[in-house]
Amino acid sequence: MNNEAHRFAPIQRLLHWLMAACIIAMLFIGVGMVSTVTPEYPSLILIHETLGVTLLLLVAIRLALRLHYGAPRLPADLPHAIRLAARLSHLALYGFMIIMPLLGLGMLWAAAYPVVLLGGIQIPALLPQSDRAHTLLWNSHVYLGFAFFALVLLHVAAALFHALIRRDGVFRSIAPLPLRNTTAPAE
Amino acid sequence: MRTARVLHGEEMNNSGNLSRSGLGSLVLIAAILGGAAAAFAYTAGWLSPDRLTPERMIAALAPPGGAPLGHRRNHAKGICFTGVFEANGNGRALSRAKVFERGNYPALGRFNLGTADPNAVDATVRVRGLGLQITAGGEEWRMAMINPPFFAVSTPQSFHDLLIASGKKDPDAMKTFIQANPEFAAFATWAKTAPWTASYAEEPYHGLNSFIFTDAEGGEHAVRWSLLPAAPVVPISQTELEKRGPDFLEQEIVERVRASGPQRWTMVTTVADPGDPTADPSKAWPEGRRTVQVGTLVVQQIEQERDGPCRDINFDPTVLPRGIRLSDDPFPAARSSVYRKSYDLRAAEASDYPRTGTAKP
Repeated sequence: MNNEAHRFAPIQRLLHWLMAACIIAMLFIGVGMVSTVTPEYPSLILIHETLGVTLLLLVAIRLALRLHYGAPRLPADLPHAIRLAARLSHLALYGFMIIMPLLGLGMLWAAAYPVVLLGGIQIPALLPQSDRAHTLLWNSHVYLGFAFFALVLLHVAAALFHALIRRDGVFRSIAPLPLRNTTAPAE
Repeated sequence: MRTARVLHGEEMNNSGNLSRSGLGSLVLIAAILGGAAAAFAYTAGWLSPDRLTPERMIAALAPPGGAPLGHRRNHAKGICFTGVFEANGNGRALSRAKVFERGNYPALGRFNLGTADPNAVDATVRVRGLGLQITAGGEEWRMAMINPPFFAVSTPQSFHDLLIASGKKDPDAMKTFIQANPEFAAFATWAKTAPWTASYAEEPYHGLNSFIFTDAEGGEHAVRWSLLPAAPVVPISQTELEKRGPDFLEQEIVERVRASGPQRWTMVTTVADPGDPTADPSKAWPEGRRTVQVGTLVVQQIEQERDGPCRDINFDPTVLPRGIRLSDDPFPAARSSVYRKSYDLRAAEASDYPRTGTAKP
């Protein structure tokens, strides 16, 4: 753990922004594909499934990095309630990143759909066909997907709040590029 | 001053109020969030009531009495079969898919009627279908075929319009539809003149949609395929069929397989010439195209759908092995989207169509 650092490690920042772009793409592809009957439908499904499995692998790497490097401390003057909200929302974001691909795979397995990713990679089914399991997993995937999007919006709002209004170094700690050093590190 | 603590830094002036640039930042944040939410809603189709969604297609399929809960939303009446696909090896000239390598591969499928009513009287349904899944080398190939030699309309949107027009009481609705979709005339003629049979075993089943086969050298071939019955066709009048009972076809296929053994169909693939229409399944390709007999479907056992193996399978025509891919035909994608929605619905409604067997709790 390296709590003294003011920024996340470069590999953590890279993974954060890469996964952010993929997750936002996933959420939009997800709601888009289920509302269309156009010829793009199978490609969207294929991208959604491939990206979903990729994100599951990436979140495992990300968790390992987080355990290894830790995270910079939040500013000392941040109110307790916001500190708690930050902690809980990040836990929830990790939870969504882990559970969403698993629910997605599960609902496909429970519907006896073969899962074949881009490049012909086959993911073997770990669940038998089951109407009940499919319904539960499918509903969870859909409604938690909406909740995930809402949480992503909240996360973006909080990031912008730190970046533009508080200017307290929190956004700078994850910013992809070094920003101009306008504020003293929060301590 | 909790607010002041939250908003520490440069955006607060001395009296603890937001500065002008701080206010501007808040407006910017609100605009970004609002824009993202609006883009999401647009992508989801919530702002586009005219978008042809799987839900709208399924709503158009529903019969006047309501959707068939627990059943497929179309081709709702059916019966399962299992058997083998005997590949003769000839298909390898067109596609490197393992399913065309000489050998026997497990097959499972479903004979069905083109109706949204699972209790329809057999003699009232003109279109008969066959859903099929062949498993070879760990890969699945799923398809759903019907007995007319060409499809009724050219596009998924036209199919939706057909469902709406034919569901209306207004007799002019169909006239208007036919004027806008002249390709429907050929189908109407087929429906009036093609002979009826009294057996699923006597029907041909046509894939109608075009797919691209890729051979071992990477050569690509646009193809359509059909299953042609080995059983001799014995025409029967619609009236005579009706006299035999509402569920005659299911009783007949059970009895036929029990008494005469496995039933066979030859799978024939037809290869397009350059310029043949691949994007429009309502247009049959001209006679004389190269055909390749790739194997034989052998139906060995019939099982009722309620507890049968076909119940769990969505015969989604985009589930393809390597060596077969989609063409510019828009129907397989549309069917995949609608079939998946239908599957989600019927799985959720499984208690409306309870299983009786003990194989699955």
